[in-house]
Amino acid sequence: MHIHEFQAKQLFAKYGIPIPKGEVASTVDEAVEIARKIDGSGWVVKAQIHAGGRRAGHFEDAPQGEGGVRIAKSVADIEKHAGQMLGHALITTQTRPSGSDVERVYVEQACDVQRELYLGMLVDRHSSRVTLIASAAGGVNIESIAEKDPESIIKLAIDPLEGLGEEAAQSLVSKLALDEDQASVATTVIQTMYEMFIALDTSLIEINPLAITAAGEVIALDATLTFDDNALFRHQDIQALRDQAELNFGELEAAQHGINYVKLDGNIGCLASGAGTALATVDAIHLLGGEPANFLDVPPVAQVGRVKEALRLLLSDPGVASILVNVFGGGIMRCDTIADAIIMANRETPLKVPLVARLAGTNATFAIRRLKDAGPRIIFATDLADAADKAIKAANQTTQIQRRSWWQRVRGVSG
Amino acid sequence: MAVLVDAHTKVICQGITGQQGTFYTEQALASGTQMVGGVRPGKGGARHLGLPVFDTVKDAVDATGADASVIFVPPAHAAHAMHEAIDAGMPLIVCVTERIPVLDIVGVKRALESTNTRLLGPNCPGIITPDECRIGIMPQEIFRRGRIGIISRTGTLTYEAVEQTTRVNLGQSTCIGIGADPIQGMTFCDCLALFMDDDETEGVILIGEIGGEAEEEAADYLKANHSDKPVVAYVAGRFAPPGRRMGHAGAIIQHGTGGAKAKLEALRDAGVHIAESPVTIGTTMAQALARG
Repeated sequence: MHIHEFQAKQLFAKYGIPIPKGEVASTVDEAVEIARKIDGSGWVVKAQIHAGGRRAGHFEDAPQGEGGVRIAKSVADIEKHAGQMLGHALITTQTRPSGSDVERVYVEQACDVQRELYLGMLVDRHSSRVTLIASAAGGVNIESIAEKDPESIIKLAIDPLEGLGEEAAQSLVSKLALDEDQASVATTVIQTMYEMFIALDTSLIEINPLAITAAGEVIALDATLTFDDNALFRHQDIQALRDQAELNFGELEAAQHGINYVKLDGNIGCLASGAGTALATVDAIHLLGGEPANFLDVPPVAQVGRVKEALRLLLSDPGVASILVNVFGGGIMRCDTIADAIIMANRETPLKVPLVARLAGTNATFAIRRLKDAGPRIIFATDLADAADKAIKAANQTTQIQRRSWWQRVRGVSG
Repeated sequence: MAVLVDAHTKVICQGITGQQGTFYTEQALASGTQMVGGVRPGKGGARHLGLPVFDTVKDAVDATGADASVIFVPPAHAAHAMHEAIDAGMPLIVCVTERIPVLDIVGVKRALESTNTRLLGPNCPGIITPDECRIGIMPQEIFRRGRIGIISRTGTLTYEAVEQTTRVNLGQSTCIGIGADPIQGMTFCDCLALFMDDDETEGVILIGEIGGEAEEEAADYLKANHSDKPVVAYVAGRFAPPGRRMGHAGAIIQHGTGGAKAKLEALRDAGVHIAESPVTIGTTMAQALARG
């Protein structure tokens, strides 16, 4: 689960990681008020979206070079920047091509930055440990720094039995070229990061940059926190930070039903059980020249009701011209669950597009008989290759029929 | 021969009295697996499905001589169940439970160091040596004893590989689901080593997916450890939508690995036969074997 920078900074403040003074605003007036409250001669206005690369990003209707992180020298600047950001879509290398809508801006005191460092912490698959990544040079170019000069990236895999002790932290910080006072603050910062990582079941903590100001202070200018979805059950307070507006068409509804759904641009609606099978379904359609409308994985533990909701979600997408259901029953996911869900969905809203079903594994024969008896018109497929082929042909046909009826409407021909 | 499990493997189930534990223990019994008991704290001394129930894994091992444990304990308690099995010296743990917090698994992996316990999973469908031993949730009916070892990182896609190898009359020696979580017990490399030494296994299928670097590591392993047995790989997600990304740490630590393209290149470079589509896994293996 992702949260916004302002939420991450509130957590930093709570744990004692130094941050500049700042507050979040959802209107231009609020932004101005916050700026007046924070003394100093300059501010930074930062768009709050769930994606990185905001500084180098752009707004569709703003001039190039005017990204999602801007310096304001006056209250008039605050008004201008907040006005250009709020209610507009910010496009960065990490967002969808259409960008993410900015609903809030964070206004904070500007710092006179002398140096930028990088600190990141995540669970490294390779070592199976929480790993700290640090670089004496941070900032927006950190990924290209890591690529060009991998030696400059310092990594420390932390033994879960020992934690991150002061000595290990100090030894790492000694490689960052800081003076004594700064090193002492930085040591506390990375130990605090580890404390937060464990206490909050974080999957990523990133400070980029950790800045050294002209006055010699060490301060976190940005804050990225993501949480382990599997551990949210033991963190009610973190769950409350979820911003539902950040989810896509259908994604919110899917999340509520425990379905993994990602919208794509094609016309074949896909429903599969298991992430691997869902990925393979998308691959198979592509390789035969079709275009999937989505990725949809109903977890194998799903009950009939949840599978039905997944189908309803597919059917509510106006771009869907055919549906491919690919389920290999095994474990607790039995094919008859899928059959019942199709029958139920069809009873609520009769299917308007062809549905191709590939049912194999546990209870497949039984499920197919049940579907045939219940009546909805289903095209059955023997395996995934057959299913992808039939779904593509069905989608092409639907599209042709839709075009024809559009032409008839235009010409005023009835029937 | 086969790998890891056979007709002599004695299996207990942790969480045997739960809904899933009950369902899969029944299925295992029906397929002839030597189920010898179960664990459910507080219910020691009871019987369930005709099997003795114990309070602790240690009690179960002492009484039954079990050498494998399958875990169907809910996510919040699954790590504790694994620690208990490790402490009891269990040779093989198969953790089916999914959605376990990753930091819990980090702790389990640490506990596994310097022990002889092998862990499959978590979030894995289990392991089957057809006609001998079935641990986990894979559907029995698609298997046929044969010549191919299967190692899969994705749950349900495993069945696709099984069905296709059955259909091309190759069958399976052992099929291992290693689990789809970022941190897992046995890896592709660990399992490849077992299959390369197994006389019954004539070829190995790897089912991978985008993300992580397990496929790249398997490629490195195969380069360093040459074998005449053909290896076929399918990597799911070539056409997957790019995930929304936060921060840079993931990209820095992955160093260009993780994408389908990088994985396929690494595997191809190691002499692995690539199944381009999920529908050609079985036929790709049949062709590779025919070419010798």
